[in-house]
Amino acid sequence: MSTDVSQNLVTISIDGKEIQAGKGELLIAAAEKAGVFIPRFCYHNRLPQVGMCRMCLVEVNGPRGFSLQPACYLPVADGMEVVTESEKVKKAQDGVLEYLLINHPLDCPVCDKGGECPLQDQTMAYGPGESRFAEEKRHWEKPIPISDLVLLDRERCIQCDRCTRFADVVAGDALIEFVGRGDHTEINVFPDRPFSSYFSGNTVQICPVGALTAVPYRFKARPWDLSQVESSCTTCSMGCRIMVQSSQNELTRYLGLDADSINHGWLCDKGRFGHEAINSSDRLTAPLVRKGDSFVETTWAGALELISSKVSSAKAAGDPNRIGFILGARLTNEDIYSWVKLAKGVIGSDSVDSQLGDGLKGEVIASLSRATINEAVSAKAILAFTGDIKEEVPVLFLRLREAVKSGWTKIATIGTHGSSLDKLSEVTASVSVDQLQLLAKELMKESSKFPEIAKLFTNQGVGADGEGLVVLLGRENLAWDQSIVEAFALELSRALPRAKFLVTLHSSNFAGSVDLGAVPGMLPGRLPLESASSAARQKWAGLPDRAGRGVKEMLAAALQGELDVLFLVGSDPREDYVDSALANSALDQVGFVVSVDTFLSQSSAKSDLVLPASSFAEKSGTTTNLEGRVLTLNQKVAPKGLCRPDWAIASEIALELGDDLGFDSAAGVLDEIAEVSPLHWGLSWKRLVKSSAIEGMMIPISATSLSIRPKAMLDEISTPGIASVWDQGLPSSKTAYVENGASSEDDQLAGEPSSQAGAGTVEPKWRLAPVQPLGFMNLAYSRKLYSQGEHLRNSAHLVRLAVEPKCRVSSKTAEKLGLSSGGSVLIADKAGGEGQFELEVDDSVPNDTVELVRGSFTIPGFSPVRSDETVNYVKVERA
Amino acid sequence: MSTKIVTARVGVPDSFLLSTYLDHGGYSALRKALSMTPEEVHAEVMASGMLGRGGAGFEAGRKWSMLKQDLIRYLVVNGDESEPSTFKDHLLVENDPHQLVEGTLITAYAIGATRAFIYLRGEFALGLERVQTAINEAYAYGAIGANIFGSGFSIDLVLQPGAGAYICGEETALIESLEGKRGFPRIKPPYFPAVIGLYGAPTIVNNVETMSNVPWIITNGGKAFAALGKGRSTGTRLFALSGDVMNPGNYELEMTSKTFRELIYDPELGGGLKDGRSVKAVIPGGVSAPWIGPDNLDLPLGQDEVAQAGSMLGSGSIIVLDDHSCAVRAVWRITKFFSRESCGQCTPCREGSGWIEKIMHRIELGSGTESDLDLLLDVCDNIAPGLTWPPQQTTICVLGPSIPSSVVSGIKMFRDEFMVHIKEEGCPFVH
Repeated sequence: MSTDVSQNLVTISIDGKEIQAGKGELLIAAAEKAGVFIPRFCYHNRLPQVGMCRMCLVEVNGPRGFSLQPACYLPVADGMEVVTESEKVKKAQDGVLEYLLINHPLDCPVCDKGGECPLQDQTMAYGPGESRFAEEKRHWEKPIPISDLVLLDRERCIQCDRCTRFADVVAGDALIEFVGRGDHTEINVFPDRPFSSYFSGNTVQICPVGALTAVPYRFKARPWDLSQVESSCTTCSMGCRIMVQSSQNELTRYLGLDADSINHGWLCDKGRFGHEAINSSDRLTAPLVRKGDSFVETTWAGALELISSKVSSAKAAGDPNRIGFILGARLTNEDIYSWVKLAKGVIGSDSVDSQLGDGLKGEVIASLSRATINEAVSAKAILAFTGDIKEEVPVLFLRLREAVKSGWTKIATIGTHGSSLDKLSEVTASVSVDQLQLLAKELMKESSKFPEIAKLFTNQGVGADGEGLVVLLGRENLAWDQSIVEAFALELSRALPRAKFLVTLHSSNFAGSVDLGAVPGMLPGRLPLESASSAARQKWAGLPDRAGRGVKEMLAAALQGELDVLFLVGSDPREDYVDSALANSALDQVGFVVSVDTFLSQSSAKSDLVLPASSFAEKSGTTTNLEGRVLTLNQKVAPKGLCRPDWAIASEIALELGDDLGFDSAAGVLDEIAEVSPLHWGLSWKRLVKSSAIEGMMIPISATSLSIRPKAMLDEISTPGIASVWDQGLPSSKTAYVENGASSEDDQLAGEPSSQAGAGTVEPKWRLAPVQPLGFMNLAYSRKLYSQGEHLRNSAHLVRLAVEPKCRVSSKTAEKLGLSSGGSVLIADKAGGEGQFELEVDDSVPNDTVELVRGSFTIPGFSPVRSDETVNYVKVERA
Repeated sequence: MSTKIVTARVGVPDSFLLSTYLDHGGYSALRKALSMTPEEVHAEVMASGMLGRGGAGFEAGRKWSMLKQDLIRYLVVNGDESEPSTFKDHLLVENDPHQLVEGTLITAYAIGATRAFIYLRGEFALGLERVQTAINEAYAYGAIGANIFGSGFSIDLVLQPGAGAYICGEETALIESLEGKRGFPRIKPPYFPAVIGLYGAPTIVNNVETMSNVPWIITNGGKAFAALGKGRSTGTRLFALSGDVMNPGNYELEMTSKTFRELIYDPELGGGLKDGRSVKAVIPGGVSAPWIGPDNLDLPLGQDEVAQAGSMLGSGSIIVLDDHSCAVRAVWRITKFFSRESCGQCTPCREGSGWIEKIMHRIELGSGTESDLDLLLDVCDNIAPGLTWPPQQTTICVLGPSIPSSVVSGIKMFRDEFMVHIKEEGCPFVH
């Protein structure tokens, strides 16, 4: 990460050519940068080197003359002489390849890897023409499942240790290991312990042969039938860069791209295999209009006309806030902007929200000083008060794990119940609502109630003003109202003004929603309603004349019969709003509900009109990840049926209402965003694609962000399956995969942003926590990676992993209840709703607490979280 | 009678008990060492010129000098004796465990180790029991633990049984195994144990026999030790003689004092071969070593003398093949051992060992071809390029280049015999 590299350069000679390399750099990487490709199997730029496959042997001059050395294991040293093309090297490479092939089955014609296989390719490039092996090859049962998603063919395995290293070193799930000796060495799982890692798909991606294959991709396509575009995963807010591949207009596979600032090539399994839902035959493909208890198909024209008449009559009633908009998390920035412009600019309603009681207020997020992921992993210390990162933003967990294991940072975690971060944390403390305010005020004081935290941070060199501290802020426990977390964050940022915050909410484009005004009271660019930019005044037909309602208030208004029209754009409050009982009864009272959706969800199934929306990979656009990085999303397949991108639907509605939003492409929307929002100033599709596509661009854009041009190299052996789609044939180092030629006028920023982006200071508002009522228990309520939703339910393979509807308590609490694992309990919420659950004893749950997983159950009338409670308690009894 | 150092008490009743050891002056060397400075103890061992007894034959005192100065340093005793035909350490751990413990403690004191480990082959059931008993006795006696004999020096000694892998005799694999991991050798550089060893700390790894010599050296002085033997080969060595001799067994001999011929034929030693049979080949130094022929029988049993003949004294095991034994079968059996015991980490050894074994088996069974001999040599060449001795290697550790030794020797010395197997489609020998 050093900026001044010239100080640390050494000169080495490769095949007689002098090159410069970074001190301590591995020879294999230094040679590759200099255009000399040394073949390899076990080497992977994101894994510690092991020098096991011996494919990268080259001759290196030493005290005893030239000898064969593994280039992947040898750091360069000044004056090092290297020969990569001698007879001796050639013979060693021939030899290693011949060895690797003697027990390899050569079933390439029926192997998923055929055509993109490093073993195949490097055999062609470096191997002997034929094998001299005449004996019987080693045999294993093929393939065996090692998890629900991954199959292992041990005959094909070349024991490169990539998967095992990944599982152990990167994921921390050391569930696969070498077994046996000699040529009967195999990779396998431990008896009765499947490779059930959230990250198992990465092992398939980095396997240099077809030993590990993904169940969802198996036999689906051949590399030469695939085409691909770069994109970003929108499963959560991390924004992992991916390659989206398809064959015959059907998505076949996502592969992780190595974006240095984001995902390092890794993906979680939910993101990786989520493409199955997009291919689902249960997708909505035509507009549906309600006829009594069922739907009938209608035309877009008919649907738009209906919307127009409902909106017009609601508007005529006087208050435009009687028309509400709840936007979902998976929308692109362009979708959000377009709908915000429709709502606020055309219809005049400020009742737009994008969080379902599981987020944080937009104005609070906007007022916090933002940390990047890179700042977090290199912070002097981290305070985590967030939902379980591994469950909610899985790849961020990998980044944090690497940071802690490498000693870059140390973490203190506070919360109400256990999380995956606990194991990485130096200090874990359980906090009560009453303690939070004091904790925020006295975080750095050793006299506080939490001296271990203060001590840790001080030892780590965090300043008294919070300098060097990054706070991971999310919803640790949904049983606590968001106002508690907001007050804590505001109090903390006031006490430690130089601390930075990385908001770790799960929802994929929550940052874009806040930045683009999909919250009440704000306009694109995080501008308050009353201080619209001049560009907005010019481009927009009008502006709301009064502040609107958030989701909670909209639902309350609906109950009072004060919501005439509600647009659900990619949102499903009936299932996803934390107080689902409230959402269900409220939505029943809305005059006219329009759902723009990809599936018939619990909400859209009860709507009056359903519009089919294009899904991920069916539209282009941008998304903003949790750190404020704008990333491109690219269309790969044609939309199903009559589906349209959400931004275009808003545009059509506007037209129907007699107004033109003024754009006809996603790129056009982005251009307008850059004009209207000071935060997005300087952004353009062209610049995003051209300048730094792989990393996206942090907003607000600074001059330095334009001058930094990471040249992304693609190691074809690290991630087989990407280069091969473009270019069948032998591996080489020639593929500079993103050309970032520094050039041209469009890198010059014209003018200056119209005003300072970001909202002003917000005062913390503390509310008193209610006393725990007699006979009630604490509730721990949070989401898991495989919490259910429409997307998961429609992913054929992921749905098998869906979390089961169980409740967890500690053994002490179970004893009190007179139950053990498998017993049945009745849980009653504050409003009297009841649900029956199977009990599981788990001592990571604190005593007197019951843990329920959001998205593991749907029980009518039962909602453990009630939106009018500051802290939710539930009653637990034997069923 | 020549000087006996490490086997002086072998044959004494209850030689493995502390009481017996003390009756024979046991632990006086440790007391003496503790009255000296660590540097003085080290100097005595340097003066002895003792070569390591594990196989590589590196001078023990010089090895200790290479130990990186660090707060935490370890001493590890390698007792994972698993090479076929090597059984000298086996004798020492069962018959004189206190000598091993005492030598270990003196060494730990000399190098400033903060903890010492004895890693013993898991199959040595009796040896493990006796060494553990010896350690327990020594703790009770005050020779191990805190403030040993009131000297202010403290150390703990831990016995760790191996789990049955030959490769764990390789010092870096042993360290991995000791750390609780799979026994995979580490890549050198940078993992020279004296710099980065057990748990990343500087570590000295010495063989059981090496440690067992240390008490004698301290008692009698390094010079007395150096006076035995000739040249670099000082002191005595324990030779494990096996194969087609009348009296196989362990023989402690002053180095270079006897030749191979004398060891094999001396009635007090090997006792010669069965009637009328003659030596066909000798495998000195363990099955990793190249073979020597009858023309080399007059070589003295010394480190450099054997090296000059193109082989190695190695672990001091000597296998004699007589003219009734089949060279092809011998090579096959050795390659079978290596193919079973290759750790599976790096490609040339993992795949090459199995391939070579399969070809050898084929030839022994009579379905080989003449071109198989070239194939064998070339497959070997891809593990040890050039097939030179000492070997070069494409592998991580020296197990790889150990495989070609017997194959190359066999083909070079007994090509005719290989051809008979091929032409007559079977083994001409009776087994």
